[in-house]
Order: sequence, then C-alpha cells, then structure tokens
Amino acid sequence: MLTLHCPYCGVHADETELASGGEAHLKRFGPGASDEDFEGYLFMRENPKGVHFERWRHAYGCGKWFLAARCTNTLEVFGTYPAQSTEPPQHVRDAISAKRPGWTWREFS
Amino acid sequence: MDSKFGDIFRMKRYSVFAVAREAARYHTGWQRAWASPEPKKKYDVIIVGAGGHGLATAFYLGKNFGITNVAIIEKGWLGGGNTGRNTTIIRSNYLQDPSAALYEKSRSLYETMSQDLNYNVMFSPRGVMMLAQTEHEVRGYLRTAHANALQGVATRFIDPAEVKKLVPIINIHGPRYPVLGALWQPRGGTARHDAVAWGYARACSDMGMHVIQQTEVTAVRKEGNRVVGVDTTRGPIDCDKLGIVVAGHSGVMAERAGFRLPIESAPLQALVSEPIKPCMDVVVMANTVHGYMSQSDKGEMVIGGGTDSYNAYTQRGSFHHIEETVRALVETFPMISRLKMLRQWGGIVDMTGDRSPILSKTPVEGVFVNCGWGTGGFKATPGSGWAMAELMAKGHSPLTEEFSMFRFREGKFIDESVAAGVAH
Repeated sequence: MLTLHCPYCGVHADETELASGGEAHLKRFGPGASDEDFEGYLFMRENPKGVHFERWRHAYGCGKWFLAARCTNTLEVFGTYPAQSTEPPQHVRDAISAKRPGWTWREFS
Repeated sequence: MDSKFGDIFRMKRYSVFAVAREAARYHTGWQRAWASPEPKKKYDVIIVGAGGHGLATAFYLGKNFGITNVAIIEKGWLGGGNTGRNTTIIRSNYLQDPSAALYEKSRSLYETMSQDLNYNVMFSPRGVMMLAQTEHEVRGYLRTAHANALQGVATRFIDPAEVKKLVPIINIHGPRYPVLGALWQPRGGTARHDAVAWGYARACSDMGMHVIQQTEVTAVRKEGNRVVGVDTTRGPIDCDKLGIVVAGHSGVMAERAGFRLPIESAPLQALVSEPIKPCMDVVVMANTVHGYMSQSDKGEMVIGGGTDSYNAYTQRGSFHHIEETVRALVETFPMISRLKMLRQWGGIVDMTGDRSPILSKTPVEGVFVNCGWGTGGFKATPGSGWAMAELMAKGHSPLTEEFSMFRFREGKFIDESVAAGVAH
C-alpha cells in the first residue's frame, strides 16, 4: 500500500486516507490562450513511467492539499512538499537525483 | 512468402479430421502455431504491440487490404499485457452512436471469429447483464436501451423478476442497493482472451507477417516529419507506416515518436476464485457497488475490480481495491462469501479524458495510434483492428472518424464516462 508523509500534520498516511489529485505543476491557461495551450492544460499529461509529481489531499486527515514526487514504476516516494510550491524543492530534487541518476528535468514555470 | 520459415509454417487447418489424424500418429504432426522469424530490414507496415488489438490490426491489413509485408513487434510475449489480463467480457451496449457502431462491429466479428481464424476462441454469447441499483441508474439504462434500439444493438431493460430468473444466486433485495432492473444484452458474453491473441498471431503468420517477440521498440526514426523506421533492441528496422498499439505504454511510445497524448495510465485489477460447480451462466456487472463477475468454463468466478486513482505502471494495483470489490459482490451474491480467491493481478489501462478510445493519425506523418481503451478494450479487439487497418491502409475510416486524438482540442468528446458512469 502506498504511504505518503503529509507535510502539514506530519502523519504517514495510507493511501486509503488520501485522495489523489492528478498531476502537479500544471501551467494554467484561460481565456485568450491558444487552442493548443488550452488543450494542453486541460487534457495533455506527462504520464511518465518513472518520476512523477502529483497533487494529493490528506482527505481523511488534516484535509490539506500537498504535492508528492513519486516513481510510477516502483511506487517509491522521493518526498512530499507543500502545495504552494511552484517547483519541487531542493531536498526533493536531491533525493531524485541520488536515486535516479540521469533523470532529465523539465521546466516547471 | 519471403520468410525462410514460410513454407514450413504454411498453416495446416485445425479440424476434427486433424485431431483424428494426429491421434493415429501419437500427435507428432502438430506444427507450431506461428513462426519466430528474424526481423527483415524493411516492412511496409510495423505494428508496435502484439496484443489483441495490434494483432487484429495486422490481420485485417492483410485480410481486407492485402498488405502482408507487416511486422508486429512485441516487447514482452504475445498477448502478455492487457490481452491476457482482462475479465474477457464482450458487450456493445454503449450510449453514444460512434461507440455503439465500433463496439457492435466488434461484437459481431466475435460471432464468426473462430471460423474466420480457424482457431477456437470459445466465444460464448451467454448474455451480459448490467444491474440497475438506483433510480438514477434505472433511468440511465432505460435511455441506453432506447439509444441501442435506434443504433441496432439488441438490448432491453428487464425487471427484477427476470433478473432473478436469469441469475438465481443474486440477492435482489439487498439492504443498501436492491436490484431495480437491469440492462440485458443477450448476445454479449465472454471469449477466451489468450485464444484471441493466439488465433490472430497464427493467421498473421500464415499470411507471411512477422510476429517478433522479446523485442522492444526504443526509438522512432523520422526524416523531416515523416516516419522512416524504428530502432529496436534487435537493431533498426525501416517501415513506411507505423501503428502504435501499446495500451498502457502509449504515453511512453508517443514520447519516443515525438508527440503527446491525452492519456494517463493506471493499474486495473482482477481476481479469480477457486473453481466451483456451475452457478451463474451470464455475466453480471454491478456498477453502483462496483464489481462484476462471470464464471469461467473451469468454474472459477472471474471478478473485475477497481482502478487505482493515481498513475502507475505496476501490474498489480492497490490491495484495498480487492476488499472493496469483494465486499460489493458479497452483498450482491451472498453465497460467494466463503469462496477462496486464487489469484489477483493488474494490467495498465490507458485512460482518456472522455473514457473513449483514440484511433487516429498523429502529428507525425505515417504514424497512427490506437489506444485509450481504458478499462474496456478486450471486447473491442476485432472491431478495433478492423477500423485501425482501414485507417492505416486508406487514411480514413468511417468507424474511426470520431475517435481522433484531436477531438479534445475541438471539444468533440464521445462522453462514455458519463454514459457508463464507471468501468466499462
């Protein structure tokens, strides 16, 4: 079973206690955006086999949203961090670089 | 046939006479069902993925369009992905017209598949029943039954008494969700999923196509914006057209070809019980409580479970979904409460935003993609192959028109996620 550490209340929560919220660090596009950008924001997803950044909510706990870096292939968790982050913090990047040498980073902003 | 195995593997037909002949000579004359040739330098068409859909695409390219210089390249073994991991249910009771057309074409191809392939796929049109357990579901299925009547798909809404008559082991007066009726498709059913893949592979091999297993496509080679071949773990192979039919790994392959897909991959689970005596001769789906069950010819109860809510490529799924599924089914079928479960497994399903598949050209010229079947691809195997072959051979197909990967940009969804409400 997947367990994630909630960065707010400090609980190591089982996945039954959590709600998955899909991909993190999506760049939002609204009125005035091109069709391609808007389609990308609404439907296109990274869907990687490997390191993935996701939104989660501690639904049956403190109720707060947070972000997690996780491997979709092994379910290994590299770290969790607050939802207000615009990109993964250094300690999460370090954890990923240490465990997945050669992982190529995409732009987050 | 230019394969060096060509003459050896000219297919001998399976028949009652073949069985008698082989019985008389200690079964020494059976040939291998398909060849394992060395890859050639170039093919007209390469299909990535030797699951049901990929093999069916190749088969209909040959049968309907005479294109037989085809390779089907498979990373693992033939039919080892979702083709061998589904719960083998076949139905076509969809709400939207484009879906009903595609799935009904598929279901009708299953009717004669064993004869067409000379391979017993054990198609069993035993009937598929989708239980209505809320007022909302009753209205939804009545609507589907009316839509199906207009689409020429034979379904009807039946009352609880008829449900009980067809499935005596069901508890129609359940405490939480009593059975209020069901959508009944008498010509739906099941088939042996491995046999579908094997039958297609044998027929493809017989037409001179190359089924190449244990070979991963690692890159797509392009000149300008046109595909010219692929790199594989057994060296580069050239092609004029490329079909990507890899289900859960569609996103990974699309990245290698240089475009993105509106797809997310997650594990979907299934499990089977110990074999018991025949107790249920139809397929029952209970979508409100979320579980579906049929009995295999061996007597095992085949149970479909839930999809994980997060992206993953682990072919097992989360344990708590098993409990949820089994709890729902015990409520609906109280007699299975003491049944032991034998095996559990998962397959990686490729989900689109509207829960309808993608059969489409792509931004790369000569590359076609067939994916997004999500939780319900097995039933579509022959129809998907039929339509995909037409799309690849002619550049367009009436069956795939609505299933373009560009429909999301245009907002032209085929919204079966609302229509089905759940796994479909």
